[in-house]
Amino acid sequence: MTHATHTADLMRPPVPAEPGAGVYSNKLGMWVFLASDVMFFTALIGSYIILRFGMTDAWAAPGAVLNVPLTGLNTFLLICSSVSMVKAYAAIADGKKYFLRKVAGKTLQDGGLKFWLLITIICGAGFVGVQVFEYITLVGHGLTPGGFREGSLMAEHAAADPVKYGAATAGLYGSTFFTMTGFHGFHVTCGVVSMTYLYFRKVLPEKYSPQDYRGIETIGLYWHFVDLVWIILFTIVYLI
Amino acid sequence: MATTAHVRPNYIMIWLYLFVLTVVEVAAAFLSGIPKQWLILILVFLAVWKALLVALYFMHLKFEPWRLRLIFLVPLPLAAILVVTTIMEKL
Repeated sequence: MTHATHTADLMRPPVPAEPGAGVYSNKLGMWVFLASDVMFFTALIGSYIILRFGMTDAWAAPGAVLNVPLTGLNTFLLICSSVSMVKAYAAIADGKKYFLRKVAGKTLQDGGLKFWLLITIICGAGFVGVQVFEYITLVGHGLTPGGFREGSLMAEHAAADPVKYGAATAGLYGSTFFTMTGFHGFHVTCGVVSMTYLYFRKVLPEKYSPQDYRGIETIGLYWHFVDLVWIILFTIVYLI
Repeated sequence: MATTAHVRPNYIMIWLYLFVLTVVEVAAAFLSGIPKQWLILILVFLAVWKALLVALYFMHLKFEPWRLRLIFLVPLPLAAILVVTTIMEKL
């Protein structure tokens, strides 16, 4: 008796899978890269945990040095970009290559691949912009990768309340903060640049179709991973 | 002949979950008088919950074959070993 499987799978582009792996090579390659990136961020986060909890002196209290409400909003922006990315993926899987289209009986227009990917790029660029603004503000107030700059506002606060501002651990605080958020910001920037390239070279000329949208799925995996890493970083760097 | 059909998750609902969990996280960190050790546990639990929602539904890991899930799962114990051995080195 032969056993045939008809796949009406809405979750995968209908392109040939690599034998053995069960998925096409681009996707497999991205997953292997993401697995290596897990180890990369583990090294950074692990080092941070060991340095922070191995210190006998107090670490700066959450919100004392960093602007948590602003970064909370930025986190929300990145989550929104993840949703718009997955909506872009769903749109091309359904063959919606357009920007916006009117739907009979509905007030809101239906978004296609061009619309949702543009929203993702804007949200991603917005996240990087807010992070750059945060860096400029922090450095202006005196937080540098080497600690609190002498004579700065932060140094004055730390002198007045050394426990709250973690005066004794400021050097480690600055270096771990800028290293972790900096590498994440670099990942986001790479994602925005890649999506912008795809948008002009592939999406606007309508080169993707419901039969083949591997590029959208592959960059989508990367983008969601960047969001996932930020969820962890936001908690351990800004809230704990 | 077998037919496999995965219905798409409700992405907007996942987005709402993520939004609510983020608000709860920030509120727990700043508005509560929870002891520090418990607060760390709660915040890590919420972060892992959010990360799982992203991995399972946005990255579609829930609907992928086991071979692919393993690629993502294999580094996790290695990551734990990396952190634990470094902590033990310091002790």
